[in-house]
Amino acid sequence: MATPVLEKPRKGMLKWDIGRRIWQYRVLYIMLLPGIVYYILFKYLPMYGVIISFKDFRIMEGIMASPWADPWNKHFLTFFESPYFYQLLRNTILISVYKLIFGIVPPILMAILLNECRVRWFKSLVQTLTYMPHFLSWVIIYGILIALLSQTSGLVNTWIKDMTGSTIPFLTSPTYFRSLLVTSEIWQNLGWGAIIYLAAMSGIDTTLYEAARVDGASRLRMIWHITLPGIRSVIVMLFILNLGHIMDAGFGQIYVLYNLQVYSVADIIDTWVFRTGLQQMNFSLASAVGLFKSVIGFVLVLASNRIAKKWGEGIW
Amino acid sequence: MVRGVEDRVINGIVYTILFLAGLVAVFPLLYVVSVSLTPLSVVHKSGSFPIIPREITFSAYRTIWEYSGMVQAFGVTAMVTIVGTLLNMIITILLAYPLSRKKLPGRSSFLMMILITMLFSGGMVPTYLIVKSLGLLNTYWSLILPGLVGSFNVLIVKSFFEQLPEEIFESAKMDGAGEFRILAQMTVPLSTSVIATIGLFYAVGHWNDFFQAIMYITDRSMFPLQVVVREILMQSQQLENFEATTPAQTLKMAAVVMASLPVIVVYPFLQKYFTKGMLLGSIKG
Repeated sequence: MATPVLEKPRKGMLKWDIGRRIWQYRVLYIMLLPGIVYYILFKYLPMYGVIISFKDFRIMEGIMASPWADPWNKHFLTFFESPYFYQLLRNTILISVYKLIFGIVPPILMAILLNECRVRWFKSLVQTLTYMPHFLSWVIIYGILIALLSQTSGLVNTWIKDMTGSTIPFLTSPTYFRSLLVTSEIWQNLGWGAIIYLAAMSGIDTTLYEAARVDGASRLRMIWHITLPGIRSVIVMLFILNLGHIMDAGFGQIYVLYNLQVYSVADIIDTWVFRTGLQQMNFSLASAVGLFKSVIGFVLVLASNRIAKKWGEGIW
Repeated sequence: MVRGVEDRVINGIVYTILFLAGLVAVFPLLYVVSVSLTPLSVVHKSGSFPIIPREITFSAYRTIWEYSGMVQAFGVTAMVTIVGTLLNMIITILLAYPLSRKKLPGRSSFLMMILITMLFSGGMVPTYLIVKSLGLLNTYWSLILPGLVGSFNVLIVKSFFEQLPEEIFESAKMDGAGEFRILAQMTVPLSTSVIATIGLFYAVGHWNDFFQAIMYITDRSMFPLQVVVREILMQSQQLENFEATTPAQTLKMAAVVMASLPVIVVYPFLQKYFTKGMLLGSIKG
């Protein structure tokens, strides 16, 4: 414990010091200014705007003047008690989980194959081709799906018709729609997702392969015993981190691809919020549902990051 | 001997699957191009769209080009992409540079301010209401300002700046150079690769942007490319009347090809930057 006599001037010194340091860095603060203004306007004001979830928002009166909801959690109750609550939650989580499970192996397999490919030009050709879909928008991919799957003139349906005489409504049938979402996402990210695994593979100590070769190990054995263990930590890490985003089932993709016939299997929280809030102008209810999702997402991301970090420390 | 055989078998499998993967990636696009070139006569003759049409026609492209919405939309998207990406870059760099200075008082608070927005957001509806109350609805600014800064990109550029050797900045400061000059004449030229990378990501984001437009723009004359293409795709038969010789499907695919062409043409040349960006991102994440 320092005596108060000594402490006082010190504090003053410190304050003065900080003031001088801030002044010294003033140009840097000026640089930060436009970015800070952006964050306040478009990130933090909307966070404040979340209070409309607890109000009966009226567009003419604005966020401040609109009356509070009675009871305060009215819109949440409406949502929880509504028939679509279960459906939205189920669709969101199911689509996410399907994407997570079925999406994990193809990029890993792709990376292993690329890693085994010894012909340089062929490897880079395949990489260029398979990375490309990642840069196509969902609108474009929707167009591609129409060309391939539409019931009247899609390529696949012409084949099916030739063989069986009937056609399959891939784009409008609840039976196929989730598979369509998962497959199109895998197609889009097959090559792109492999990049990170390839990078991890390039970090594997090459002497391991040499030693294995001397011992007479086959290539398959080397893949199994060296390559795969070498990227295991990256696989687990990505999986955990993706688990944190389970509430994001892919708004962009689903909104562009879905239609009235498949709402029962495809409508997720985000698409519902968009329709209810921005199209039907039911702002408070939609905002409450959005908040519900944000809060769960926040907890999941924090938890998954923490687990990933803990797990990462164990490995590296 | 046995080993040589096994090696050859594995090579065979590897190259076959990789070839198929490449084919799966490009075939749908090539088929879309093929459909966009198929005249109605061929469809009538074979009953469907063949993979390789015997005759081709560019009439679908002409029709789409003359369908005024598309030209207009190209202009809107090109403008938003150029202006938007430029502003994205400027503000991102201006944020990243001070935050890369470890001695900056309050640095960690500013970083925290950015990190929080990566974990929690007000959501679609409040954001819409803010954009609305700022008077940005139905302006091109609504396509640029709400997504002006990608927090992830700031962190990537920031950590790149941090790796630059500090001595050169110290000596530049000794020579009396101001921060803006150091940033413009030393930091940015030393960081071209990372700046090109995030610039490309911003640019592709603008080109492919669909949601900001359907949220904030209701004036049809201001619709960007992706929105117009989606409208064309959603129309079932009306388009056919434009020109009796072109099937509706052909017109749709012509629109798809035109909208994706710029990305597909530019992408192979810039692929290495994109790949680098993916890795930068995953290391941070």
